Amino acid sequence: MNLHAVRAIYLFEMARTWRTLVQSIVSPVISTSLYFVVFGSAIGSRITSVGGVSYGAFIVPGLIMLMILTQSVSNASFGIYFPKFTGTIYEVLSAPVSYFEVVLGYVGAAATKSIILGLIILATATLFVPMRIVHPGWMVLFLVFTALTFSLLGFIIGIWADTFEKLELVPMLIITPLTFLGGSFYSLDMLPPFWQKVTLANPVVYLISGFRWSFYGIADVSVGASLAAVVVFLAIGLAIVSWIFRTGYRLKA
Amino acid sequence: MQPIISVQNVTKTYASGFQALKRVNLDIRRGEIFALLGPNGAGKTTLINIICGIVNPGTGRVLADGHDVVTDYRKARAKIGLVPQELTTDAFETVWATASLSRGLFGKPANPAHIEKVLRDLALWNKKDNKIITLSGGMKRRVLIAKALAHEPEILFLDEPTAGVDVELRRDTWAVVRALRESGVTIILTTHYIEEAEDMADRVGVINKGEIVLVEEKNELMRKLGQKQLTLQLYEGLERVPEALAAYELELASDGSELIYNYDTRGERTGITGLLKDLQAAGIAFNDLRTKQSTLEEIFVSLVKEKR
Repeated sequence: MNLHAVRAIYLFEMARTWRTLVQSIVSPVISTSLYFVVFGSAIGSRITSVGGVSYGAFIVPGLIMLMILTQSVSNASFGIYFPKFTGTIYEVLSAPVSYFEVVLGYVGAAATKSIILGLIILATATLFVPMRIVHPGWMVLFLVFTALTFSLLGFIIGIWADTFEKLELVPMLIITPLTFLGGSFYSLDMLPPFWQKVTLANPVVYLISGFRWSFYGIADVSVGASLAAVVVFLAIGLAIVSWIFRTGYRLKA
Repeated sequence: MQPIISVQNVTKTYASGFQALKRVNLDIRRGEIFALLGPNGAGKTTLINIICGIVNPGTGRVLADGHDVVTDYRKARAKIGLVPQELTTDAFETVWATASLSRGLFGKPANPAHIEKVLRDLALWNKKDNKIITLSGGMKRRVLIAKALAHEPEILFLDEPTAGVDVELRRDTWAVVRALRESGVTIILTTHYIEEAEDMADRVGVINKGEIVLVEEKNELMRKLGQKQLTLQLYEGLERVPEALAAYELELASDGSELIYNYDTRGERTGITGLLKDLQAAGIAFNDLRTKQSTLEEIFVSLVKEKR
């Protein structure tokens, strides 16, 4: 395994994070805090608790997931799209690296950045509401696997996209709506029965539910289903990336 | 000796249907400077990109130091450095960061001393902390060379390395290339400045419309295909070439003051002795003469024209 290459890509990508610190970290933290203030204060004053958890605390896992999902996709897609756009991808393609090593470098860096962001948001949340984490180990597991899975999705989007417009298309039209409709700010049993069933088709529901369970021990769907969903998404992502590098799709003529 | 690069029956047809390479066979010798010449769209960059792993080959195979570039890509690619034709750089990174990335990508542990040497050799040391976006075009070209050399390759591809580079930087670039060759690096270059190929290369290959037209030792090529030209400066100008000299197919300069005779160095007889005798018999005197050998550029143009 070419560990030097993995390390080089990872550090190079992380350097971009530190160089664009405001854009990378401060900006999502501010916007999450605003969500927190608006949703937590405005709606929280009308909904006192959900499943025995104060509404302000209830939305914290959803907010973290919202940021993890959108930032993972955004970081990873930009990380691979930009070298394609500028042409510097030639060096990765001509280097003695396997697709797995390339993915490890780019996706690892994107996921790291998202995880840092998630932990900062969690720390910020403790300033607003009292927090507790019932299953910290599971919380870390969900956090890491979700960040990796959606970074992988972002990587695939970055390879697929051939314009900046396409780069924004999937996060804007699919990821963000699915996250908002995936129970970030509400419990599924707050919906009418018909929409409860429809919502179960949204894969993000399983991620948010599992993540929230790790905090408060309450879940919309079974934890096993949430874990299975994460594993399945990760496997699908790896299979697609493997195919991309085997065929050279959108990378090699 | 085993060639360091062996291209065997390689073809490439792009999705658009354009056939860029037609059963190309080419061997590059270890330690040589090989100039690959060809007009735009001839297939030079496609061939280089296939060898380096950037473009998938259609059929055929390529060996780099005995390693298949597809099935044994790790060992093959580790030996190759590429300076691409386009100025593709990480605009917002520093020179040092981008060169260090290149070394890591090719599986080499960090070696600040080597990166420093490369940057000093390319006169980039005082720019090491500058963002690439702030550098001139010539400096960016040097950064690409530095990146290619960062992992100490045994084979270096230079695809138009001096395009858009000023005279001084070009001279320095070639000095670096010479030094690399001295250290045992095999160099394959393409250039539109054919005088540079003439000056630098040990062997020359000409590719046209996806086919290798010719591969030859440069000096042998110059000798074999080189036309020489004898120019006689006349004592008195002529209005036209006399009929008695028609067999020599002489050209008369536009002002009538010079007669030009083209002859083939490969021929058993150059015809010069006969020409001088016939000139004397025709009463044409001259007060000076000079000869000129065809340049590689003239040879290249004639080869490409022949194939059209």
